[in-house]
Amino acid sequence: MNFDLTEEQHLVADTVRSFVERELYPLEQQVERLGDVPREMARDIQRKVIDLGFHAPNIPEEFGGGGLDHLTFALLERELGRTSMALNHWWYRPSNILCAANTEQRERYLLPCVRGERMDALAMTEPDAGSDVRGMKCFARRDGDDWIVNGTKHFISHADWADFVIVFIATGEEARGRKRITCFLVDRGTPGFDIRLGYNSVSHRGYHNCILTFDDCRLPASQILGEEGQGFEVANEWLYATRLTVATMSVGRARRAFDLALNYAAQRKQFGQQIGKFQGVSFKLADLITSIDAADLLTLSAAWRLDRKLPANREIAQAKLFATEMLARVTDEAIQIHGGMGLMDDLPLERFWRDARVERIWDGTSEIQRHIISRELLRPLGA
Amino acid sequence: MKILVPVKRVVDYNVKVRVKADGTGVETAGVKMSMNPFDEIAVEEAVRLKEKGIATEIVAVSLGIAACAETIRTALAMGADRGILVETDVDLQPLAVAKLLKALAEREQPGLMILGKQAIDDDMSSTGQMLAALLGWPQGTFASKLVFENGGLTVTREVDGGLETVALSLPAIVTTDLRLNEPRYASLPNIMKARKKPIETLKPADLGVDPAPRLTVLKVVEPAKRKAGAKVGSVAELVQKLRTEAKVI
Ligand SMILES: Cc1cc2nc3c(=O)[nH]c(=O)nc-3n(C[C@H](O)[C@H](O)[C@H](O)COP(=O)(O)OP(=O)(O)OC[C@H]3O[C@@H](n4cnc5c(N)ncnc54)[C@H](O)[C@@H]3O)c2cc1C
Ligand SMILES: Cc1cc2nc3c(=O)[nH]c(=O)nc-3n(C[C@H](O)[C@H](O)[C@H](O)COP(=O)(O)OP(=O)(O)OC[C@H]3O[C@@H](n4cnc5c(N)ncnc54)[C@H](O)[C@@H]3O)c2cc1C
Repeated sequence: MNFDLTEEQHLVADTVRSFVERELYPLEQQVERLGDVPREMARDIQRKVIDLGFHAPNIPEEFGGGGLDHLTFALLERELGRTSMALNHWWYRPSNILCAANTEQRERYLLPCVRGERMDALAMTEPDAGSDVRGMKCFARRDGDDWIVNGTKHFISHADWADFVIVFIATGEEARGRKRITCFLVDRGTPGFDIRLGYNSVSHRGYHNCILTFDDCRLPASQILGEEGQGFEVANEWLYATRLTVATMSVGRARRAFDLALNYAAQRKQFGQQIGKFQGVSFKLADLITSIDAADLLTLSAAWRLDRKLPANREIAQAKLFATEMLARVTDEAIQIHGGMGLMDDLPLERFWRDARVERIWDGTSEIQRHIISRELLRPLGA
Repeated sequence: MKILVPVKRVVDYNVKVRVKADGTGVETAGVKMSMNPFDEIAVEEAVRLKEKGIATEIVAVSLGIAACAETIRTALAMGADRGILVETDVDLQPLAVAKLLKALAEREQPGLMILGKQAIDDDMSSTGQMLAALLGWPQGTFASKLVFENGGLTVTREVDGGLETVALSLPAIVTTDLRLNEPRYASLPNIMKARKKPIETLKPADLGVDPAPRLTVLKVVEPAKRKAGAKVGSVAELVQKLRTEAKVI
């Protein structure tokens, strides 16, 4: 077993870390207060990342991306996770699923995303279909070579910034009543397709969720990504690894919160000594760093498995489950160690604590991760 | 023109340094190490000179333990072309470093050597000057601007009370001040290319230099804690305190 990172991996992680600390931390307060990332700020971040050749680091080199392997990409996202989604989004990582595009779609969607000219969002969730994605109601009926779509998607992250949305839509039913799901590429401005801002979320201010509506929206068959009825197959092939993102980012943010708590415990004095000298505080720190390291190792080992093309479904679910629950605990205790000051927005801790809340929900709730993990164990036993 | 840039591996500037329990030095075990920030400025300047077509090759040099190769790799990822590691476990002091660099300069024949004005670990600020003396080359220390013209180099120096401009003939020694430039982040393509760039490893004996320390460190201690300041209510009170308590006016 070898835990060493290569020199390149160190350099990638160090570079991203410096960039995030020097370029993005100073913008956090402003984004938090505005509840938005001003266009110029966003473009400026993206331009810098493009100049560094770090844009679209997850996309293979043959399409102009950074071509990082899963482990190096996890190290990169771990550092990006130190700051909010609203800001780190502009270190843009187009959805991997765009790699499933055919040659013609590649020119219109994948390559402009890699160059920083277009941006995607991805829509599965509906008001009546969250964890149970296959229960979706958004439906497309065939009309000649075209498809006519009706329905609603909600909670769609950063669709307000998107030039097009990758949308999963039911296109029929199979014999056993199972819905056939198809993945479509839908351009902003397509008649009958509307994107509007959704709800105000407690987590990640400035990173908006949107509501998409389809009202007799006509899409030519050329907008289908992959094959008709194969939406989930395409998703399983390409989105499988992206769930790890939530885990890696949680580890980065937890380390940042922990460092603040550790330093505070070493400095703050009560009852004539540093509070870190009280076992009530020091044992908390011991438990927190242990859970952070454990989450880190789960996450990196899942990425390592992906690079070796080993089965990783259970490992990714474990990393997502453990890292997000760890983050909730770490941000909560980091506030506790800061006492009353931890709650004040002079410090970033209250924000980390709020931002942590969504991590246990999106990209599959903790319960769904437990379902995936247990199913992997029990199914082979026939249960 | 070939440029030689020495890069030192030091405790990262973000780390709060601690004195070792036995008082022999600063704790470095398990501490994040990085390139000396003034050396980053030196590498950046060399890369800019190469981009402008003034430099043709940049050689990054580090002296010390094997892990200094990481520091060289960082310089390569910023745009240096190749590296030389002079590997030794000996605790290197400025004179030994200057002697080793002199030997390397004689071997590599660079037109310019750019060093940091000081390393943030020992703050000695003497290697560049010693090296210039040993080589008999002109030096432009604490540089905030370099201009190449008519085969020579003009260096703007940050000195007490203002800026001084000196003209140097080449080859020359330059040491960097903070305002010379803002170092770039390593780009992803350069990080990937850095792996393929060569790093040659030498020993001090290969250069005919004995790096043994000439100075003995007696004791390293934490700086005295600063006493809390006092708030004054008005300018008048401040002036009065400066007169009666601080006795500076
Ligand atoms: C801010 C934000 C951004 C989002 N961005 C996107 C996006 O960009 N694209 C997108 O498609 N979606 C997005 N989502 C949707 C997200 O993936 C869903 O919220 C998530 O899948 C849960 O669905 P739900 O909210 O409808 O909850 P539900 O599925 O209704 O779940 C309610 C509760 O029931 C539990 N539950 C459900 N089924 C089971 C079961 N079988 N066993 C045990 N417990 C169960 C859940 O764990 C949860 O506790 C986003 C959500 C949020 C909050
Ligand atoms: C919104 C708000 C309103 C408030 N309103 C009032 C008010 O109206 N009037 C008023 O007087 N105060 C008020 N307070 C102050 C509140 O009572 C204090 O915040 C609280 O007593 C904790 O003190 P502290 O914040 O200084 O944290 P600290 O005392 O510095 O504690 C920091 C951490 O160290 C731990 N710690 C400290 N000592 C020990 C020990 N011996 N052993 C183990 N752990 C220890 C604490 O549990 C905590 O985790 C308010 C606070 C808030 C946040």
